Amino acid sequence: MSEVVVGHDHHDDDDHHHGPAKGIARWLFTTNHKDIGTLYLWFSFAMFLIGGCMALVIRTELFEPGLQFVDPEFFNQMTTNHGLIMVFGAIMPAFVGLANWLIPMQLGAPDMALPRMNNLSFWILPFAFGLMLSTLFMEGGGPNFGWTFYAPLSTTYAPDSVTFFIFAVHMMGASSIMGSINIIATILNMRAPGMTFMKMPLFCWTWLITAYLLIAVMPVLAGAVTMMLFDIHFGTSFFSAAGGGDPVMFQHIFWFFGHPEVYIMILPAFGIVSAIIPTFARKPLFGYDSMVYATASIAFLSFIVWAHHMFTVGMPLAGQLFFMYSTMFIAVPTGVKVFNWVATMWQGSMTFETPMLFAIAFVVLFTMGGFSGLMLAITPADYQYHDTYFVVAHFHYVLVPGALFSIIAAVYFWLPKWCGNMYDESLGKLHFWLSFVGVNVTFFPQHFSGLAGMPRRIPDYALQFADFNMISSMGAFLFGFSQLLFMYIVIKAIRSGKPATGQVWEGAHGLEWTIPSPAPYHTFTTPPVVSDSNAHN
Amino acid sequence: MQGSIRKTVTRLGLIALGMFCFGWALIPLYDLLCDITGLNGKTGGQYTYDAAMVQPDKSRLLKVNFLTNTNGGMVWEFRSEKGGVRVHPGELKTVNFIVRNPTDKVMVGQAIPSVSPGRAAEHFHKTECFCFEQQVLQPGEELMMPMRFLVGPELPKNVETISLSYALFDITDTVDQGVLAAATAASQKASSLEQTKETKPLVVEG
Repeated sequence: MSEVVVGHDHHDDDDHHHGPAKGIARWLFTTNHKDIGTLYLWFSFAMFLIGGCMALVIRTELFEPGLQFVDPEFFNQMTTNHGLIMVFGAIMPAFVGLANWLIPMQLGAPDMALPRMNNLSFWILPFAFGLMLSTLFMEGGGPNFGWTFYAPLSTTYAPDSVTFFIFAVHMMGASSIMGSINIIATILNMRAPGMTFMKMPLFCWTWLITAYLLIAVMPVLAGAVTMMLFDIHFGTSFFSAAGGGDPVMFQHIFWFFGHPEVYIMILPAFGIVSAIIPTFARKPLFGYDSMVYATASIAFLSFIVWAHHMFTVGMPLAGQLFFMYSTMFIAVPTGVKVFNWVATMWQGSMTFETPMLFAIAFVVLFTMGGFSGLMLAITPADYQYHDTYFVVAHFHYVLVPGALFSIIAAVYFWLPKWCGNMYDESLGKLHFWLSFVGVNVTFFPQHFSGLAGMPRRIPDYALQFADFNMISSMGAFLFGFSQLLFMYIVIKAIRSGKPATGQVWEGAHGLEWTIPSPAPYHTFTTPPVVSDSNAHN
Repeated sequence: MQGSIRKTVTRLGLIALGMFCFGWALIPLYDLLCDITGLNGKTGGQYTYDAAMVQPDKSRLLKVNFLTNTNGGMVWEFRSEKGGVRVHPGELKTVNFIVRNPTDKVMVGQAIPSVSPGRAAEHFHKTECFCFEQQVLQPGEELMMPMRFLVGPELPKNVETISLSYALFDITDTVDQGVLAAATAASQKASSLEQTKETKPLVVEG
């Protein structure tokens, strides 16, 4: 493109806009939503591998009772960083990456509303996580207070490196807020003519609601870590009882952020599954409107249930009842969604390509995670389950075969659109079955060890838990190494593979399937016509 | 940037800013909520006792237990003279707490009270308490600190036992260094005068 422009300075500028720049500059300075989406996805995959290695350190230590491989101090750093990296580094950026790739293509928009801010919000992340990971090599070690960083563990008793952790959280927050503003601005302002709100694909809907959640709670988290910073360095006592503060207040503020945060990690997954299941069931999504309202209801409820994470701090009966019932109430809109997915499959002519397998596993296993969540919502029962492996089993069921499976399903589903080649279907199916078996072998026994009383975040345990832990560790290694197969499949598809058609999947509907595969660098520079056939159903 | 996008971005930026402020506003809101409801076992400030206003309710007899503990690295010895007392609601009672600084340094402590069950907190009134101020203790000094309280007669009928717990914190490092320096100087002056007393039982004016 650029070799023919000598002597044609006049056209030089025009040519530049037709394709990506060359070399590293393309990635550093890009404002293209597809490039930035790719950056987000690879970054989150790298973080997923790092966080996964930490999980394997944990499972190695827990393979047998007793202390074998790491000392407890390092074990604590592993549990803390595993949680932080998977939540803020793997799951959230992966969803933002998918949003970047898909939202403009699904809405018929040429790009995101704020392309330069998009570049900034991605490039903050490597620095934020570089800063956080660097603390592991500092004197006194990295964060060791659990991903929830409760005060005073994270203030009075924290390692010196906690200040770097605080700044890293500030940077992640800034990135998330900018990303969310961008997504909302795109969805509200950049839809193609005729793309009304109730014609938008559900992935756009769920992300719109997620982005509002992020804007509402990320600043609260920023406030909380700032208070920690003040307590540590400037002699304030927000969370120190000695100076009139209150450590329990930290938990309230944290979970006011934290509960919406866990829905931030699952709502986009609902959108993905709502795209995949109709495609492979070859039927329109059942109950589109109710899906939208259910998502909005879940988002609203997420703000009034936070204290169910802290039933044991000593709360008046009225508070316990309120938080118990409001938490259980979330099962209603979630149940509507599960019902709709099942009803979509009902009497459909289903085929079971890899994305569909992951989507169905999502519906089944996420529902199991939801049920254990209902058990935890029962206040008196929670006194037994609190801080045990039952909680670990619960949130890993909603996050791994929940959020993570939906991301993997999305990658298989849209990869042919992104790179123009089909992935290897038999390898994809092998990856699914290894992951499916691995995830259940890892996390299902943790329900039992938790109910029997094994506490979380402990490097050693009583002999009675030995069998469950050994099974769990073997499952973890199976699951972890299966993800290398995933990387191989994706790279193989990018380099070679059967060329994909524009529509890719027989039952696929929506604007992104009307453009050629691979998607051109610039799409929808002139807005498309939105007809019923290329809207969500 | 188009006008409509700019409008959206401004609005969203303001929401984010507003939520940041809301995060900080949670602090006073939380304290306010705890004050109103007595949640969290927080007791109120100094109570002005008016004998004419409060009639002891002789028909009820409550048990009030006292717990003392020191937080984290606090090395002071801290105990209450009595493990518990029996009182009628509305009856004024005094209990002594004893604290001793076993180190050879001047130290500052602060006691933080907490009442259990939480719904009794708003009815637990203290006319005098060492927790209202910081304690500066000379090396080896022992101090007897009275705490005078009454339980409001409006205490719910189903509460028969109240536990008052004090956690003692070492705030030597965070206290105003001028106060500490003055106290240390006083201690050195005292020792240079070869004061004979090792421990000086000091009763705070009550």
